[in-house]
Amino acid sequence: MKSVIAEHLVKTYRKGEVKALDDLSLDVEEGTVLSVLGPNGAGKTTTVRILATLLKPDSGNASVAGIDVIKNPDKVRELIGLSGQYAAVDETLTGWDNLVMFGRLYHLGKTASIKRAEDLLERFSLTESARRPIKTYSGGMRRRLDLAASLIVQPRVLFLDEPTTGLDPRGRQEMWEVIQELVKGGVTLLLTTQYLEEADQLADEIAVIDHGKVIARGTSDALKKQVGGERLEITVENADIAKASEIVGRISASAIHVDIRTISAPVLTGSVALMDALRALDEAKIHPLDIGLKRPSLDDVFLSLTGHKAEEEQAKA
Amino acid sequence: MKNAITDSLIITKRQLLQLARVPEVLIFSTIQPVMFVLLFRFVFGGSISTGQPGGYVQLLMPGIFVQTVAFTLAATASGLAEDMKKGLIDRFRSLPIARSALVVGRTLGDSLLNILVLIVMAGAGYAVGWRPTASVLSIFSAFVFLLMFGYALSWTGIYAGLAVRDARTVQNVSFLITFPMTFLSNAFAPTTGMPKALQYVAEWNPVSTMVAACRQLFGLENQFGATANSFPSQHPLTTSIFYMILIMVIFIPLSVRKYKNSSN
Repeated sequence: MKSVIAEHLVKTYRKGEVKALDDLSLDVEEGTVLSVLGPNGAGKTTTVRILATLLKPDSGNASVAGIDVIKNPDKVRELIGLSGQYAAVDETLTGWDNLVMFGRLYHLGKTASIKRAEDLLERFSLTESARRPIKTYSGGMRRRLDLAASLIVQPRVLFLDEPTTGLDPRGRQEMWEVIQELVKGGVTLLLTTQYLEEADQLADEIAVIDHGKVIARGTSDALKKQVGGERLEITVENADIAKASEIVGRISASAIHVDIRTISAPVLTGSVALMDALRALDEAKIHPLDIGLKRPSLDDVFLSLTGHKAEEEQAKA
Repeated sequence: MKNAITDSLIITKRQLLQLARVPEVLIFSTIQPVMFVLLFRFVFGGSISTGQPGGYVQLLMPGIFVQTVAFTLAATASGLAEDMKKGLIDRFRSLPIARSALVVGRTLGDSLLNILVLIVMAGAGYAVGWRPTASVLSIFSAFVFLLMFGYALSWTGIYAGLAVRDARTVQNVSFLITFPMTFLSNAFAPTTGMPKALQYVAEWNPVSTMVAACRQLFGLENQFGATANSFPSQHPLTTSIFYMILIMVIFIPLSVRKYKNSSN
């Protein structure tokens, strides 16, 4: 069963001048993790806001856990958890204050709210800082508390909008561990990210979006295959590059790419091609400085799908 | 409906908790009006001749009460703008709670803060010679009116906070509006000294009608000006109530709509 369905979503801002979503469709199978991957301004946050009932699309349909988000937003709000790009908790209050307040707002009752708050603080290793104002928390602690706040009632579907943006590597690693724990617990998760590595780590499936459209979709492996299979990468001394290119060109499945001293060649036979190349180079008395098989990274995926690098777009935005 | 009320009260409680966690806010929001009381009482009190038994402070206190209550709308607005910016509003909007709870809860919280500030100010006023002469019931109703006025105004703060979305900007904007409004009135000096055209503006100013109404309820005869002989200066209480209703009729629906459509 599909837990999240978005069909032909269109959303424009400033009277149609800016097209945030341009016929975007996606879905998430129950109990799985979909990562929506794209650069800033691609439409990730807009998608999440529509699915989480915060925004109405100009056209298109969306449902969460089988309930229409446009017609029945109140019902949807009872079933979802949302944790946004900014840590949406009250900074002047303590972690404990925040979670108890959200518990009350979910109508848990006083005792149950306190119990739940304490459980969540424990689970996210925040018990020690529970009585300190959020202002004093590190970025990673804030995100964890924010995530805890979205889990007060076991949500059927969880939306995480760029959960690690702005965190240092350690904070990011901690957040990933927390999210992986959740996923093991069987929650349906839609996660947006601009980090290719993050999508690779956490998601069952990836939807790559750019300019408000899904431009590719599949497992991390499938996407990598779509870009092209493995490549042979060989670095040699400058003097040997011409000869080496000729040899590798014979082994390669299609056109090779040559830099000053690095050759990149698509191959179909993986390690067999690698052995062949090594043998042929050895016979020609060429000793590679470096040689290896490379599978395409998600960066390569993005580059080949959109014609521009994900990072470049970020710098512009 | 029952949930809508509980939800609002939880939001109000949040505001009180904020005050408990950051007591500086409370201290400064009471120090400022007390400072005004002392400054006006001792700086202008000597040079403004009022013919009022008990002196200038009798006329001053209702003016300062109204001013203080009007100034709190800046806090309402900036608090809400801050919540918008931090994404806290998004979280509230994604919860299964009554849509009105967040804004209603905040207006209630601001009213509670006003009660506290008014009590402290009344104490400060008493210390420097303020002695209302009316019956206890009448004095009590003056404070109730002040709170109602503050409540009505807090809805303009809600609207401003949702519309401007930047705490510092909205605070400055609110101040730019409330400051001249409280001074272009009968709150601190007689309107009779103003140019004729301004006298009319001053007398129709809701701040003036509120101040005049409070003076009446505190037992003063002297209306401090009111030469233009306008309707509001003769019926300050009626006009004030009319203004409060008008403000709420305009700004409650506007704010609720703005809140529903708010999305960063």
